[in-house]
Formats: sequence, C-alpha cells, structure tokens
Amino acid sequence: MSRLYFTKDHEWLRVDGDVAVCGISDHAQHALGDIVYVELPEAGAKYAQGDQAAVVESAKAASEVYAPAGGEIVEVNGTLVNDPSLVNNAAMTDGWFFKLKLSDAGELGSLMDEAAYDAYVKSL
Amino acid sequence: MTMNTHGRPTQPAAPTGHANTGEHRGMILEEPLIFERGTPGRIGVDLPPVPAHKSRLGSASRQGQIGLPDLAEPQVVRHFTRLSQKNYGIDSVFYPLGSCTMKHNPRLNEKMARLPGFADLHPLQPTATTQGALGLMHELAHWLMTLTGMAGVTLAPAAGAHGEFCGMAAIKAAIRARGEKRTRVLVPESAHGTNPATAAALGFTVDAIPATAEGRVDLDALKAKLGPDVAGIMLTNPNTCGLFERDIIAIADLIHGAGGYFYCDGANFNAIVGRVRPADLGVDCMHINLHKTFSTPHGGGGPGSGPVVFSKALAPFAPLPFVQKEGEACRLIESKADKAAGQSFGRMKAFHGQMGMFIRALSYILSHGADGLRQVANDAVLNANYILARLQDVMSAPFAGPCMHEALFDDRFLKDTGVTTLDIAKMLIDRGYHPMTMYFPLVVPGAFLIEPTETESRETLDGFIKTMRDLAQQAKAGTGNANANPFKQAPEHTPRRRLDETTAARQPILKWKPEAAPDYIASAAE
Repeated sequence: MSRLYFTKDHEWLRVDGDVAVCGISDHAQHALGDIVYVELPEAGAKYAQGDQAAVVESAKAASEVYAPAGGEIVEVNGTLVNDPSLVNNAAMTDGWFFKLKLSDAGELGSLMDEAAYDAYVKSL
Repeated sequence: MTMNTHGRPTQPAAPTGHANTGEHRGMILEEPLIFERGTPGRIGVDLPPVPAHKSRLGSASRQGQIGLPDLAEPQVVRHFTRLSQKNYGIDSVFYPLGSCTMKHNPRLNEKMARLPGFADLHPLQPTATTQGALGLMHELAHWLMTLTGMAGVTLAPAAGAHGEFCGMAAIKAAIRARGEKRTRVLVPESAHGTNPATAAALGFTVDAIPATAEGRVDLDALKAKLGPDVAGIMLTNPNTCGLFERDIIAIADLIHGAGGYFYCDGANFNAIVGRVRPADLGVDCMHINLHKTFSTPHGGGGPGSGPVVFSKALAPFAPLPFVQKEGEACRLIESKADKAAGQSFGRMKAFHGQMGMFIRALSYILSHGADGLRQVANDAVLNANYILARLQDVMSAPFAGPCMHEALFDDRFLKDTGVTTLDIAKMLIDRGYHPMTMYFPLVVPGAFLIEPTETESRETLDGFIKTMRDLAQQAKAGTGNANANPFKQAPEHTPRRRLDETTAARQPILKWKPEAAPDYIASAAE
C-alpha cells in the first residue's frame, strides 16, 4: 500500500516500503509552463532531505528539484531526457523523476499529505 | 493655422499622437540568408587574371569550391542594410527592459572615444607614449572611488559578471590571508541571478535567504544563516524588485559581526549615484556596470566593462594591472613582483580593461558633473515611479511603492482573463514597443519589470502608459471567443508571428542546412 506525500517546494513522493518515487506536482508543472529540459541525478548518488537532486527547465525559468527525503537514488526516469513533455502531461504518474531508497522514514513526518498540499496550494 | 501669402504654414502643425513604430511596416521585407541569394556566375567585381606563378602550397592547396554566394554589389549592400534595419535598439525605440538599463548613449562620449590619440593606441606600446590614456584611467578610477566613497578600485573586469567574479575572488583571497576557511555565501532571493552563479564559480556553496512579503531581505532568516563558515553575502541594492534594501546597514553589521564580507551588486547604482555612497552602507566591494550607470553602449553595441570598488579591508587584494600616479607620471603596475602590487590576487584578463568604455564613462561623468549625476539618479527614480503611479490602478503591483529605478507589476490583474504576461508582451510588439522584462524576478508570479531610465521624456512615457492601459483594459474587458483572441494572435505585424518557443527549446535546430543547393554549399556549411 503506497502513500503519497508532498513538500512545500512542490515535489511529490510516493512511498512503497523503503523505496519512494519522486516527481513534481501537477500544480508545479502548470506554473512552470511547457517543460523543455530535465536534468536527472545519477543512480547511486546520495542526497540529504532538501538537497538539490534535479533541474527542470521551462520556457519561462529553470528550477531546482529538491530531494523530498534523504536517501540513495536507485533509478531515474530516463524517458524524461528525450521527452520532457511527459512532466506536463503526466506529472503525477509517467512524469516521475527518480526513485529513492529512503535513509530515514522518520523524515516523512515533515511532509504534507494530499489534502494538506491542496489546501497549501490554494493558500498561495 | 498661420500661413504666408503663398499658403504655406509659418509654424509647424501641433504634434499629433505618434506611434512608436515607423509607418513602413508593410515594407518589412523577408530576408533570406546571403547563401540563399546567389545566382551562379554573377559577380560584383572584375579581378585581373592571376599572373603566372608557381604555387608552393602543395597538398595544402584547396581542391574544392569555397562556397561563396555569387552576388552583385547592390544585393550585398541591400542584404546587410536590411539586416541592420531589423535591429531594434535604444537609438530607434523606447526600450523599457527592466534590470538591463537601456539608456541613451550620448554622442559626446562617442566623439571622445574616437579621438585618434585614444582610438589608435595599442596596449603593447611603451607606457611613455600612452601617458594620456593611463592618466584617463587614473582619473576614472578617482571618480569611481569618489562617487562610491571606497578605498580602492580596479578597472580590469570585462563586464558586470566578471566584476562579481573579481570581487568574490578578492574576498576569497582576503579570507585565505587570514588563514581561515569559509565556504558558504549567502545570496538573497531578490539578488541578481548572476550572484549565485558567481559564488558557485568560485567554489563557494550558495545559501539562499528568503525575501519578506515586502520584497526585501528577511533579517531574521539572515541571522539564522550566519556562522563561522560564512564568507560573505552578495546583495543587490537597489534589488531586482526595484526596491531599496532599507536594512542594508543592519545587514552589513550582521555579516561583519560574523567575520564575513559584504559584496554589493552595483548593477543598479544608476538609481543612487550621487545620492548614496556604498562605503557609508558598509559595503566591502561592489562592481559598477559602466553601461548601466555611465551610459556606455550595451547589448551588441559595445563590450561590457565592470570596474570593482573595494573597502580598505579588500583593496590590497585587488587584481592587476592598475595605474599609479608618481609625480606627474603614470605607472602601470602589472606584476606581482612590483612592490606596489600589494597582496593582489593576480590578473583577470589580458591587457588593461575596456579602454573605449573608460573614455566614454569618464566623458559622461565629466559632462554631467556632480549635480548632473545626482539628477540622473533622481530622474531614473522619478520616471519609474511615474510609470508605477500611472499604471497601478489597471495593473497590479506586488509591493507597495515608491520604487527605485524600475517599476514591477505581477499578473494578478490578468486573473481569469485567459491572457498571460507573455501575451501582453507580444501585443506590445504590435503596438511598436520593445517589451519589458517578463517573468523576472522569479519571486513575483508573471512579473513585468519596466525600467524607463532617466533618458525618456514625459511624452514617451505617456505614450507607453497609454498603450499599457489600453492593453490592460482590453484584457480585462474579455476577449470573447478564445480562437479569435487577439492576445493569442499577437504579434501580427512582424515578419514572423508567435514563435513556438517550446519546440525550439525541446528540439533545437542549431545548424543551417540548405534545402536544395549544390554540394559545395552543403559542405561549406558543415
């Protein structure tokens, strides 16, 4: 049974056991506009929660994508490199960025669930 | 109308409202590449036959065609003239690009820079023959120190970002000389985008400080970030939101208290020149973009130049070379072995800096005088506030005014209209104005950043304001059918309509290839 979390910086994280799939939220892709380039981390790289792990570039701006929780990259979504529009079309599913092996499940406590994130986005 | 006995007017007619663009837009001609224009066999000049000779090139001699287009002289002249006419610049239009300071380049500066005594110099000439030029550099250095109140200056950096690099390199050298290791640089969100890039390029880690709801540095957040590993702060003042950082002295005290240095990005010095001396604000070093404050040409019109001023603490680390006055003579300090070089961190580039820009900048300073420079800042701020005041009822300003040298709006006034900041910018092109900076600064959603500069007259500003008010009201009034939305159709009157920026970025075509051309052209383009 997977659980979905969000950060204030608009990353999402779907946790299944000790592995989490991460991406950027639908709100984020909408705000960025047409995404033209995605730079992914390398498998095996280790990040602390909040470290910059990827870069996403739209026609408007380049933005950093932060690791929503600490851990090691176990897989990246290579299809984004050739087809960054996947992030616009399916931010929450096929447009995922990387999979993390979580180092501390306790860090998830600092994240928002979907309802809290929706309320947060409305407040912006 | 007053007229003479022949029916001719004796006074000019009252000026009518004029569009910012010329009337000839119907004659903006499509311009192919010069390689697409050639007609085989056509030539522009007759050359005499090559006299008999023995080639000594051997196997190095070219075997194939070189692929030059075959053209007559008028074709070449028209091609390049038409290309030059496609260039929009401050010499032809009002250019309200925020954060870039597109202001008039006074022709007096150009005249001075073209004096043969300056223009024909070579940097390798013996310094005994270049005393006038060195004297000019010394005098410019003097004025930059006087205007900023700082203890030292270098003219070497070749542009603003190069100046940032220079200032941060001096900070790094000073920290090393203290025997310390400090690796973190604080950069507020309201700083220029180049600031974090500069810090990173020098090997520092960048730590962002959030902005307050007022668009200024959050002091509490800054305090929380201070520590023994902080090398300094890079702050732009006035900042990219066009606001003066009111707490700047407190910020300087905090960073000095923590043992760090204060780098001020002086890109926006044009808003405070003659009124505020950065030294009095606790600044340790600051670059000055000569094109922004001292009106040297900008953006293809001339090379950049980014002198850096230093406090007493950092001046000994300034780069080489610099001019020292010894009696009446000017000496160029070029080597670290020279006793006068102090603890200089070394050289930034070949030769002495952008001499042509030094001449123009000094010409601007001397022709304005102290009172004139103060008025430059006054008028730059007045013009921006005029725009802010005349537009804020139809647009939406994220921060309460008054502003400094640029007026910032966000896209809240476009909410639910279906029109975006980009659409307004494209409509402005049809109305004859170069668009303002958009979607920057990033901290403001859908930003419009407008910098009118002190150059513009009330009439120019009124014309622009009228157009902006029209567009804002038209957007809010609703545009009916989305397919017929004029905002989405713009620009209409340009040689190319709305470009597909997304595909251009996703699948860029970086190399021209002729569609159907002789092999020699295809191979020449490889």
